[in-house]
Amino acid sequence: MVPTVWITIGGLCLGTAAIKAFGPLVFGGRRLPELIGRVIPLLAPALLAALVITETFGHDASLVFDARAGGVAAAAVALAVRAPLVAVVLSAAAVTALLRALG
Amino acid sequence: MTRLRASDRLASGVRAGIPYGAASLLLGLSFGVLARPVMGPLAAIVMSVIVFAGSAQFAALAVLSAGGSAAAAIVAGLLLNLRFVPMGIAIAPSLRSGPLGRALRGQALVDASWALANRGDGSFDVDFLLGSSLAQYPGWVGGTVIGALLGGAIGNPSSLGLDAIFPAFFLGLLVTELRRSQARLVAAVGATMALALTPIAPAGVPIIAAALAAMLGLRRAGHQRAAEPAAVVAERDG
Repeated sequence: MVPTVWITIGGLCLGTAAIKAFGPLVFGGRRLPELIGRVIPLLAPALLAALVITETFGHDASLVFDARAGGVAAAAVALAVRAPLVAVVLSAAAVTALLRALG
Repeated sequence: MTRLRASDRLASGVRAGIPYGAASLLLGLSFGVLARPVMGPLAAIVMSVIVFAGSAQFAALAVLSAGGSAAAAIVAGLLLNLRFVPMGIAIAPSLRSGPLGRALRGQALVDASWALANRGDGSFDVDFLLGSSLAQYPGWVGGTVIGALLGGAIGNPSSLGLDAIFPAFFLGLLVTELRRSQARLVAAVGATMALALTPIAPAGVPIIAAALAAMLGLRRAGHQRAAEPAAVVAERDG
């Protein structure tokens, strides 16, 4: 187990560094074509929406509807009343914990 | 946008990043608690110090917990981190330094910082981005240290609902992006693609595929420019 763990950590560290360096190295310091410029401002809503879905409903390569969905609904309510982010994530955790305790 | 000095923009990035750092602390805590029985406290802490990528670390941990190989764990983690390729391309034109400086700046890429440093017109405030990441790093590492050392004494992360923090964190970032109707459409399409692909593709792939929803930007010329850069909004609302 020990070598497996350290190989994983080393591989993830180097791979992540390479992934994060790729765009800045290859495309750095020059203007991107105008068409790409229209796509880039929309990457954030696309990626973040997908992350919300996979982190709410994803589990072992399947979709599940569990207590996290209730927690995320609570987070949405907290965001709607303009609660600070820390209150948003704590309400998500609290509601999820409560639903699991009840369920 | 007013051109503030780099140090001022770094400082405002730090301020904007602090709430995300607090959320990262809770996420790091649950990572430490879950990783300790699988890899021991030292490896868990080292991983957070040198990898600094929450969702990838959780994905690799899940593979190792299930008895998977190092290669499978690395692939699972890197698939989740592939989203930093489009994010890195997005910030590239805003980076002014030489190749080594740009590659190093790229290491500061994390989701919240990237989203907050987005000026809304396709350009990025890279000093603000660095400051925001500097505020989140101690949260993630410190949380891991606490979780890895105290372990089960804290309780079961699942019964504390800590796994709901990730989606809530991303939802908080998403709502700051939805001011434009085009962004709302792209988010809806991206979410639908992620829902459709999650049961059939390995973790990480649905996120990369959903990035293609941003291609909807090609459909219409950008006549609906964002009224406010995200960084300004974050500072005001933060």
